[in-house]
Amino acid sequence: MFVPCGESVPDLTGFTLLMPAVSVGNVGQLAIDLIISTLNMSKIGYFYTDCLVPMVGNNPYATGEENSTELSINAEVYSLPSRRLVALQLRSIFIKYKTKPFCEKLLSWVKGSNCARVIVLSSSHSYQRNDLQLRSTPFRYLLTPSMQINVQNKMKSLNWEEMEKSPCIPEINDSEFCVRIPGGGITKALYDESCSKEIQMAVLLKFVSEGDNIPDALGLVEYLNEWLQIIKPHSEDPTVPSLRWKMPSSWRLLFGSGLPPALF
Amino acid sequence: MAATFFGEVVKAPCRAGTEEEEEEEEEGRRETPEDREVRRQLARKREVRLLRRQTKTSLEVSLLEKYPCSKFIIAIGNNAVAFLSSFVMNSGVWEEVGFAKLWNEWCRTTDTTHLSPAEAFCIFYHLKSNPSVILCQCSCYVAEDQQYQWLEKVFGSCTRKNTQVTILTCRHVTDYKTSESTGSLPAPFLKALKTQNFKDPACCSLLEQPNIVHDLPAAGVLSYCQVWKIPAILYLCYTDVMKLDLITVEAFKPILSSRSLKSLVKNIPQSTEILKKLMTTNEVQSNIYT
Repeated sequence: MFVPCGESVPDLTGFTLLMPAVSVGNVGQLAIDLIISTLNMSKIGYFYTDCLVPMVGNNPYATGEENSTELSINAEVYSLPSRRLVALQLRSIFIKYKTKPFCEKLLSWVKGSNCARVIVLSSSHSYQRNDLQLRSTPFRYLLTPSMQINVQNKMKSLNWEEMEKSPCIPEINDSEFCVRIPGGGITKALYDESCSKEIQMAVLLKFVSEGDNIPDALGLVEYLNEWLQIIKPHSEDPTVPSLRWKMPSSWRLLFGSGLPPALF
Repeated sequence: MAATFFGEVVKAPCRAGTEEEEEEEEEGRRETPEDREVRRQLARKREVRLLRRQTKTSLEVSLLEKYPCSKFIIAIGNNAVAFLSSFVMNSGVWEEVGFAKLWNEWCRTTDTTHLSPAEAFCIFYHLKSNPSVILCQCSCYVAEDQQYQWLEKVFGSCTRKNTQVTILTCRHVTDYKTSESTGSLPAPFLKALKTQNFKDPACCSLLEQPNIVHDLPAAGVLSYCQVWKIPAILYLCYTDVMKLDLITVEAFKPILSSRSLKSLVKNIPQSTEILKKLMTTNEVQSNIYT
């Protein structure tokens, strides 16, 4: 459930909700971190749920001493009212059998808060690509029917590739075709639920492998930026993408502590 | 997927924990009534129950609804538990008000009447002279699927802004992220995390990013307190000895000067003696031949 930081529940009518799926390489979550950090979004509340493993830490977007000691938990909501953007960040994995209840609770909150649309940032295993996908861009999009009406033309003008259907059961020759997102966590479940509940949802994903996924996250936010224009578009600003997006201070030591000098 | 040096293709573990998800969904679709019944029985077996000490009956409401509390102190893990036993619980008379009974693959908490030192337990006490001070000694492993049930049974759904919560626990020093090597850290050392509404100063430095606490139930309790605006502080001892250890337990000593514990601690030299005795009773002579 959504619990506001302050006394009153903020009005999110007409806002665009950006959220990650906990997926391969944690790309969606890294991308949301970049967005919250770059836009300096303020925390407006918590999504308190029994579906995610608990975790706490100090402010992951701290810029100095004064704001470094705000406690953060595993699911928090940030907003930028001037751009009518709200972001949900998920910082831990799902507890077994809790993915379906989470999807239901999340979408019920989305409907209740009158958000205009939801954009899910996700990823899928790159090793599961077919030959065509191997030769094309690694980015894909997916729209629910109610979203298609509004943005299909925009997607066409951006020359974006829609996520292809593949055999539901790969081992069987005459299996039906459906959209599969291996490694995408709750992406497919969220998408299916949104279709049936007529929620306007777009999924933006990248084919990735586990490793240093910071470049993948930068790629995904640039992809999103082509559509939403969160920061100045690439063509007007020739600087490298990594300099336009602000990496949060919590990304330090992503691959562990320093090494003992005696090792060398 | 990844190829090893020997040419075999292995499934690389996914950081996002998504491999199980797809199997889980497919399992859900293939589930028979018998599967559902097995799952229900397993859920019943894993239920967390809070029982009254004398009658062994379940509490009808959450613990803190039944026993209004101004101070709630919880020790998680053997070293934190030994600290509270030696320095807090032997000054003043503490009465057991209840215990949590739970089962998971790691622990089976049993009746608390005849506990051996090695057994896992989760017991709640209040101070006889001031029953609004409640203490929890928790040495059992609370699994992630039991975590929220445990929180609900203890805290309930009412928010309690008048309660101050103190949590003590340990982690291995290799969990601590620093630009130096963890081998050079002066273990054991203490770090703290506090909620927005906790206004007192901490007795040690705060845990810096990118470090996080995901240890159960410490992270669960602190998250709950942050969301519901309860003043709470977590004292985390990073140590290189995870079993019961004198030096690790003594690393918690700076907390004795905090507002929550100052009034509860009377005789520190005596406490140190009690702690030493606790160590020797727990020491098991072990070598590879026993």
